[in-house]
Formats: sequence, structure tokens, C-alpha cells
Amino acid sequence: MLELQSISRQFGGLKVLHDVSLQVPQGSIFGLIGPNGAGKTTVFNLITGLLAPHSGSIHFGGQSLVGLPPHRITQAGIARTFQNIRVFKEMSLLDNVVVGMHRHMNASWPATLLALPSFREGERRARERARELLGWVKLDHKVDDLADKLSYGEQRKLELARALATEPKLLLLDEPVAGMNSAEKTELMAEIVNIRNRGYTIFMIEHDMRFVMGLCDQIAVLNFGRIIAQGVPDQIRNDPQVIEAYLGRDDDETTAAAGVPA
Amino acid sequence: MLEAFDTFWSIYSNLVLTLGTSSLLALSIYLTLSCGMLAMANAAFMGIGAYTSALLTMQAGWPYPAVLLAGAAAPAAVAYLIGKPTLRLSGVYLAMATLAFGEVVRIAILNTEAWTGGALGLNGIPAETQPWHVALVLLLVVAVLERLRRSRTGRAFEAIKEDETAAGLMGIDVAAHKLAAFVMGAAIAGLAGTLNAHLTFFIGPNEFGFDRGVEILTMTILGGIQGLMGPVVGAFIVTLLPEVLRGLQDWRLMANGVILVLMVLFLPRGLWDPARLRRLLGRS
Repeated sequence: MLELQSISRQFGGLKVLHDVSLQVPQGSIFGLIGPNGAGKTTVFNLITGLLAPHSGSIHFGGQSLVGLPPHRITQAGIARTFQNIRVFKEMSLLDNVVVGMHRHMNASWPATLLALPSFREGERRARERARELLGWVKLDHKVDDLADKLSYGEQRKLELARALATEPKLLLLDEPVAGMNSAEKTELMAEIVNIRNRGYTIFMIEHDMRFVMGLCDQIAVLNFGRIIAQGVPDQIRNDPQVIEAYLGRDDDETTAAAGVPA
Repeated sequence: MLEAFDTFWSIYSNLVLTLGTSSLLALSIYLTLSCGMLAMANAAFMGIGAYTSALLTMQAGWPYPAVLLAGAAAPAAVAYLIGKPTLRLSGVYLAMATLAFGEVVRIAILNTEAWTGGALGLNGIPAETQPWHVALVLLLVVAVLERLRRSRTGRAFEAIKEDETAAGLMGIDVAAHKLAAFVMGAAIAGLAGTLNAHLTFFIGPNEFGFDRGVEILTMTILGGIQGLMGPVVGAFIVTLLPEVLRGLQDWRLMANGVILVLMVLFLPRGLWDPARLRRLLGRS
């Protein structure tokens, strides 16, 4: 469904991504992992049009995404959340989610200015849908609160609901459980499986190994801008290069054999 | 009673109508501010509207309703042309570019004497503006903006103000919305310029310079941009304050400035802040 082919990107002299190729199959949960600074978020920024690749191609359902502005990519069916949460803090939870439905609300100008029934109906449906989506992430009891008042974990969940509001086919999650406690993590894990079961494809970046291994159908590992391994969780767990990337190489190889970090 | 009103009206009618045009100006910059842009070209757009409409009335003899439309359309067209390149700038850079544009307009008016009368301005503009014209235009503008605010466009503006990147990723065409806010703001400023020109008999280039631009911004910042009442309240205060302080004579401008500074210091979100009002009422 999403296909990146030999993507490269540099910032000045620094090559952040080298010849990165990935395929995210439809209906799967795909994980991208790697140490800090490996270039994971840059991959998301390239897919969503915030940055342009210097070479390579990105295709989504057969359509090339390179050179499209972000709003067109969202309209093509890709939504994302951010590592450093970017909810609209001064807006209510409901409005945050309704903003995500922007392109699905198509009341005409006269209908909007005169508040004709077609406009009201659209607004009502949008609010209803927003409540439903907030229900998916269990925030439906706070719809009228300002987003600013939410805890860190709740803001992440709000971002998730807002991304879903754009009616995406593919959902990009940038470290969805960062800063959450383990109860929240377990809960979100269930939410993500639910979302996948509703027919969405999910592509996530994550640091938390237990979370990734438990959730993803396929994993790719990025280190210093290159894909060093790709496969099902068990393959990744036992890949010597991955172990080296995470734990470093030791002269005494026995330490590396102890396993992957938890 | 009626007599008292007549006396009041003969003295203050101009001031009352200025409250209306000032409110329009404050609402015009509210639009760009509500979309997160600090654009300072509204005085220039007002001037373009004023000169276009005055010339159409005096030279071409157009009927007043057509003149009003042209007075809004001309600055809107100019805004569309300069908006495309300048709205890519953000923050103070946009403010600087739009201020520079304002100077260009002022100097262009100064140097096209054959049409605009240059520094001497345009004299003898027919007083076509009736009180109900001002009231009707203000009412219409407020009605349209209020509908807009509660629609997907208004939410898109708010989202852009909060976080442009996130707004774009919600499927909002950020550049198109910013341009729309800028062009609509210009049209409203042009309406204010048109109404004002046909009220005051005279217009000159210095009415539409830097000072006016800052005054427009002051009104809206003072009132706040949490709703449409904010800019209107701000416009009333900035317009009325010099009149109310008339008794202070030489100290008037200084008192005016001190009051504005204090208000901004203690009410940074503006006077009209529904959330704060609700809190205050809830406590009492």
C-alpha cells in the first residue's frame, strides 16, 4: 500500500537517510525502530510532505507523493501523529477532532452563510462522528474541555482521534506511547489493535521494544540512516546486527548473546 | 427628548459613524490575526478603497451602492496579488513586508497627483454615507464573520493560528486559507475606507499611513480576538478615549497611551475574553 524506494535525504553535509526502501502492506501493523537519531521521524516527514526527498520515490496506492503539499497527502488518505504532541491546545477536544474532518465537510457558501439545514446537518454529523472517535480512545467524557487541560497520555490519544478524523487509509504513529505509564501503554496497545481491526493500516515508530514486538506484524530497523534489518518480530529479535545497533559491540560476544533490550 | 437627541446628533453624528467604520477596520485585521498572521496593510487597503470609491463617485458618477462594492473589490484584488508572494512570510517578517507595502501605497498616492491630488488630497467628496449605510454594512460584516467563525473555515483559521504544520496535516490548504483571510480583510478595510471617505468630505494620503495601521492593530489587540465583540469593543474604546479625555487638554495623548499600556499589560488576551468573563461570573 505504501512503498518507499531508495529514499535519500541529507541536511547540509549530513546524510540522514541512505537508500531507504520499505513496503507497508495493507491491513498490517508495521513498525520502524532504531536508536535515537537514526532518521525515523525524517521518514515520516518525507511521507507526509513536510520534507522532500533528495532522491527516490514514495508511492501510496499507486499514486506518487513526492512534491505534493501536506494537505494533499492527507487528502490522499495518510494521517499522522507527532512525537512531540501537536494538538490545538486552545481548542476543545471536540473542535480538535472536527478540524480533522475539514475536507469531508462540504457545505456550500450560501448554506454556510445562511446556516441552511444542509450546513447544520453537516455540522451535526461532524460532531457526532467526533464524539464517536473520542469514544474510541476513551476521551468522550471530556469533549468540551480545552485540549491544554489534558494529561500527556490523553493528549496523545486526542491526537490519535484527530488523525482518524481525516478518514485515513494509513495511519502513521510517531512514538505513540512515549511518556505513558505501563497501564496506559497496555490500554493504547489494545486501542491500536482495535483500530487495525476496523480496517486501517498502521505504520508506527516506537522505542518501547515490548510494545513493538507485541504489536507489529513486521518490523524494519533503521540505524544511521540505513535499513539494517526487516522481518517479523522474531527475526528482528535475533538479528545480530540489530542487537549490535542497540547494545553496541563487545569484544566478549557473550554479552550480546544475552538478548535484546527490554 | 427628541430635541435632546437632535442636539446630540448634530454634534456627535460624525463620531458615532466613526465608531462604525473603526469597528470595520478592527474586524478587518481580526481576520488575519485569527488566522495567525500579523499583517499590517489594512490602513493601505482602507486607502485604496477610499481613493477608488471617491474617484468613482466624483469622476465617473457611479451610484453609491456600486461605489461601495468597488471600494471593497479594489483592495481585495490588490490583496490577492500581493498576498501570493508575501503570505509565505511569517511573524515579524510578514509585518515588515506588509508595512512596506503600506508605504508604497502612500507614496504612490502622493505621486499620482493628476488623480489623487497628491499631498493636498481629494476635496469635496459628496457626503453620500447615511447612518444606515454604516449600520447595515457593519451588521452584514459581523453576520458573515460570525457564520464563518462557526464553520469549517473558521475552525481552519483557528487551527492554522495554533499550529500551521498540524493544520496542513489535517487536510487544510494552509496557503489558500491565509490568502482568503487576507483578501477578505482587505475588502472589509476597503468598505471602511469607502464609507469614511463619503462621510468626511476630504481624504489625504497621511490618513492611511503607519499611524493608522498601528491604531487599527491597537483596537483589535486591546479588544481581543476571542470573538467578534473584541475588535468592536476595542474600536469603541480607541475611538472614544480621546473624546472622553478632552478635559485633560495637553495631557490627553499621554493619558491615552498610559491607559492602553495598562490594559495590554493586565489583560494580555484582550478586554473581551469570554473564558475570563465566565470565570468572573461563576465566582460571584
